[in-house]
Amino acid sequence: MLAIAKRKNVQGNEACALGAIAAGCRFFAGYPITPSSEVAEGMARELFAVGGVFVQMEDEIASMGAIVGASMGGKKSMTATSGPGFSLKQENLGYAAMTETPCVVVNVMRGGPSTGMPTRPGQGDIMQARWGTHGDHPIIVLSPASVGEIYSETVRAFNLSEALRVPVVLLYDETIGHLMETIDLTPPPPETIVERKWAKGDKDGFLPYAETDDLVPEMARPGDGYRVHTTGLTHDERGFPTQVPEKASRAVERLLEKLDHHAELIESYEEIDCGDADVVITAIGITARAARRAIKNLRAKGIKAGVFRPITLWPFPEAAFSKAVEGAKSVLVAEMNAGQLATEIERICGGEPGVVRLNRIGGEVITPAQIEKSVEEVLK
Amino acid sequence: MNIEPHVSAEQFDVREYMRLDLFPHFLCPGCGHGMALRAMMWALYENEISMDKLAVVSGIGCSGRLGAYIDSNTFHTTHGRPLAFATGLALARPDLHVVVITGDGDCLAIGGNHLIHACRRNLNMTCLMLNNEVYGMTGGQVSPTTSTDRYTTTTPYGNYEPVFDSCKLAEAAGAGFVGREVTMQVPTLKDLIRQAFDYNGFSFVEIISDCTEIFGRKNQLGESAEMILSQKAATRPDSYGTKVDEPFRPNPLKTGVLVRSERPEYRAVNYQGKKSK
Ligand SMILES: Cc1ncc(C[n+]2csc(CCOP(=O)(O)OP(=O)(O)O)c2C)c(N)n1
Ligand code: SF4
Ligand SMILES: [Mg+2]
Repeated sequence: MLAIAKRKNVQGNEACALGAIAAGCRFFAGYPITPSSEVAEGMARELFAVGGVFVQMEDEIASMGAIVGASMGGKKSMTATSGPGFSLKQENLGYAAMTETPCVVVNVMRGGPSTGMPTRPGQGDIMQARWGTHGDHPIIVLSPASVGEIYSETVRAFNLSEALRVPVVLLYDETIGHLMETIDLTPPPPETIVERKWAKGDKDGFLPYAETDDLVPEMARPGDGYRVHTTGLTHDERGFPTQVPEKASRAVERLLEKLDHHAELIESYEEIDCGDADVVITAIGITARAARRAIKNLRAKGIKAGVFRPITLWPFPEAAFSKAVEGAKSVLVAEMNAGQLATEIERICGGEPGVVRLNRIGGEVITPAQIEKSVEEVLK
Repeated sequence: MNIEPHVSAEQFDVREYMRLDLFPHFLCPGCGHGMALRAMMWALYENEISMDKLAVVSGIGCSGRLGAYIDSNTFHTTHGRPLAFATGLALARPDLHVVVITGDGDCLAIGGNHLIHACRRNLNMTCLMLNNEVYGMTGGQVSPTTSTDRYTTTTPYGNYEPVFDSCKLAEAAGAGFVGREVTMQVPTLKDLIRQAFDYNGFSFVEIISDCTEIFGRKNQLGESAEMILSQKAATRPDSYGTKVDEPFRPNPLKTGVLVRSERPEYRAVNYQGKKSK
């Protein structure tokens, strides 16, 4: 293991690299982009010490391809990027979802669209993280809100990805990525680190995409004698392309059901003072931290406000959220975009309670004062 | 390895290397890709490469679909990106013998950047590019290697864009091994592929294939046999020296081994024990 002091003042992006190493990541491919480059730089340094492989590829498409290739070979793999690069990764990210190849993709959000504001924070990739690649596909998106949480959520990202054979996106804004905080870097206990279910049984007639009780098929490691075919084409249980409607629909259905089936394992959120709240603020990342401060100030003024923060952003923790906002008069969705999470919250609430939006897109974070003002207006 | 040209056709049974349960295959009658596949599997046989230790990574196209027929670890990836996937796989698993199967569109158009950098890195793998001068799978559109004036569905007045010489490109980008061959003599092609497999570094082989059904028909190039004969006539086998090749001009595409350098393989440099900066 790494020789690191347990408590250390580190940057968010660095914590991501350290979390990845602790989770067993042994392959990183990336392409420099602000504000994520420190993740690659951290991996270039740390992987070497543990005998892993770091490679800077020619672009983000290649980086995404390379980590999927390395994962197909059996290594826990990660890449990191920001908006423009995340767009480029989408096709191969869909390939990972379709072929059920575990991998972790970090997206440190900057202002968008297009080249946008490379050095300024944004939260405009919430919907792209869910629907960036084409077709109905499963994906898990985790959104940490502190340096310590980047470390622990990176570990969780690998564990979920390996356990469920699904790509996991770690999504946080530039502010969190560049924040320095003192965190506990004690490596997670070895027994909590999840290793992929490798095929061990009969090689003859092995079905790489068999229907199993947990909907997660065993993966065949190349070289072990299974001689499996892997394709992004819609495939049957044997892994070969199919156009039989029943088989083709089942192939995609199982991918989607897989996440439903493991919802409990995937779900994660933080709830503060929602029980008696008249207004529940929903936010992620740095905005959730502003919300936390805001409710403290509001409560001091006698205004009952709470925070619901999804840590697993997708699939959205719908049931927990519904419960948290049960008695509330309003939900305030605060986000650094023109209103992305709000559309999901409005869908869940269906008008009851009412949803109010607080958006900011100029590259500045949302302040506690802005949130307090919005809450006070809502209650007027 | 000094590869003696020889024909072991009697012992070699291609069926042992194939997923026969996937037959009938999807290739059109006369498609050159089939011969390329046969040559590749023959080379595997003669080089005694274990099918369990082989990993075939292919892109999207008629060429890319070939992988599925090989009874091995086969990865049918995304259009243009097989070299990127293969780079990750080869770095993660140095014990595997990695072979990429790609097309002219896959490798030179959408995947051109990956080819350049794969050549530069010189990571141990073999890239077999099946050049049929056209986008076969999508119905016959122009590709970076479509000859001047040829008709395709997107060059209805004839192709007016210049043509890539993929071997020169690979050489300039630093590929350690570069070769080209037509499919007419499968044993010759097989011998070239064997040398590519044997090379420690990035080996690039352009296989001149023929898309009979779409490109051939559109340009009235005749049946498969005629197409292959004219391909052969348009090449200049390196091994025949300079005199004999005269009649083959004016389109002297060189065949045979074109580059074999002693460049260090990607992982040859060992930085273990070095201090970081
Ligand atoms: C991103 C993307 N763009 C376009 C396509 C459509 N497409 C499939 S195969 C192909 C061209 C294949 O041509 P080539 O690589 O020469 O292979 P061939 O079929 O001739 O063997 C294209 C454009 C695709 N699958 N993915
Ligand atoms: S379309 Fe052309 S390249 Fe594709 S299988 Fe048919 S002949 Fe071969
Ligand atoms: Mg082609």
